[in-house]
Amino acid sequence: MSSSSPATAAIAIRGLRKSYGSNEAVRGIDLDVSVGEVFAFLGPNGAGKTTTVEILEGYRERSAGEVSVLGVDPADGDPALREKIGIVLQECELQPLLTVRETLELYAGYYATPRPIAETIDLVGLGDQADARAGRLSGGQQRRLDVGVALIGDPELLFLDEPTTGFDPSARRQAWDVIANLGRLGKTVFLTTHYMDEAQELADRVAIIAAGQIVAEGPPSELGGRKDAATSIRFTLPQGTEVASLPASLGEVLTGPHGEAVLTVDHPTEPLHRLTGWALENGLELQGLEVARPSLEDVYLDLTRDGGEAE
Amino acid sequence: MSAPALLWHQFRFDQKIFWRNPASVFFTVLLPVIFLLIFASIFGNNTIKTLGNVKTTVYYVPAILTLAVVSATTVNLAIGITVARERGILKRGRGTPLPSWVFLGGRLGNSIVVALVMLVVISLLGRIVYSVPIPWDRMPAVLVTLAIGAASFSALGIAMTRIIPSEDAAPAITNVSVLPLYFLSGVFIPESEIPNGVLNVAGVFPIRPFFEAFYAAFVPTTAGSGFEWGHLALVAAWGVAGAVIAMRTLTWTPFGS
Repeated sequence: MSSSSPATAAIAIRGLRKSYGSNEAVRGIDLDVSVGEVFAFLGPNGAGKTTTVEILEGYRERSAGEVSVLGVDPADGDPALREKIGIVLQECELQPLLTVRETLELYAGYYATPRPIAETIDLVGLGDQADARAGRLSGGQQRRLDVGVALIGDPELLFLDEPTTGFDPSARRQAWDVIANLGRLGKTVFLTTHYMDEAQELADRVAIIAAGQIVAEGPPSELGGRKDAATSIRFTLPQGTEVASLPASLGEVLTGPHGEAVLTVDHPTEPLHRLTGWALENGLELQGLEVARPSLEDVYLDLTRDGGEAE
Repeated sequence: MSAPALLWHQFRFDQKIFWRNPASVFFTVLLPVIFLLIFASIFGNNTIKTLGNVKTTVYYVPAILTLAVVSATTVNLAIGITVARERGILKRGRGTPLPSWVFLGGRLGNSIVVALVMLVVISLLGRIVYSVPIPWDRMPAVLVTLAIGAASFSALGIAMTRIIPSEDAAPAITNVSVLPLYFLSGVFIPESEIPNGVLNVAGVFPIRPFFEAFYAAFVPTTAGSGFEWGHLALVAAWGVAGAVIAMRTLTWTPFGS
């Protein structure tokens, strides 16, 4: 699909800034998105996500910095670039009087090499609604038609600005399936969202933005030092035992008033083995045994707390 | 697609959207028909002395055609483009390779075709119901007048979107702009009932000269060839001003964001 090598950056941003009057919405962002990557831009409302994505799409002018999208500056308004990108805007209605099929036919006509209409309808899961007017679709179905319209030109790069905001859980799940399909097609996807589970579910890599700056970046599993963060082992002390009865080699175990015990370790395998071995030897059951790392939600709340509330 | 094919593609969909929209069909197509029936049934048997004893029904056919052309162009475009802008449809189009002139061209073509449809509908209605003659020998003048009017009033409609802040405000602002001019220009009330001073003021604005040109082209008893170049020049001057404003100020993103 793309003629570029896999190592090529689909998007490269250096020192991007954008001010509205005295308010600086984006304060020096550096970012690279590789070809074929599903990238999520995660942050609270007002953090600068839409400003950044609309600069990449060519809708807004930047105040400073360098931006390259598929090798060109989107501010130049090059029609050749618009052949290669697909855009799902945050707020954008469809022509309510055209059917799903007609809507896609209309937009397909704008591109040199559009995708087949019927295949695109199936890809976004609107096969049963193909001849329904867009105005009669549910919110989730309209959003999937938005994705279909963005895909109809067979773009290399797709921008999705908060594609599931305001959805009920089943509509979100369906939209996620569609977006996951895009990754499988080898499209580069730049997604903005303020839902952590969405970023975790869909993205190969996530950047968290707060108050116009990137505060963390990496694969969802490693974000904010999650890879190295200490693991906690939780359980309830068996009846008739106390902390002193546990093997001394476990190290410090904290306990709560109802016998909850927490052990914080860097490498969980060995202490977990010692703990369960001790329980088996003594014929005890470790109620509520749980091994957990900090969730992405913990990381996100921690990182965006200051910036998010300031705006 | 080649540029003409792309324009045809866009125009075809604009036609579909127009004829499927009950509001646009009612206000643009049916309302002028209703107006003609109402005015003709109220004043139909009268004649207008100051216009050489022309029958009122003969007067009202070009009058209502004037209204129909303004509805199909200025009103239709000012409301339609504002709605498309506020709903993000213009913004979405900007993110595709579609050249903006093709988008506008499709809408413009739609307006001109609707104006032509109204020429046929109102002329036939006048001929069949009220025996108002169709001026076959002056058809070149009728078509040229219609073309200059439709182009000019289309440009004015697109220019008006600059002062319309929201979807809700669009019908109000558009109608406030054209309704008083219909009354003052002799479109609703025969001009014999309107003081000369008022007609002179109305003559500065584009609807009155367009009506005068259309009347001269359409009514067989008027003097001359039917081409009223003076009036048409004034209409065209408004159109050029509208086109310049439209090109400089047309906005592709919602005002409300």
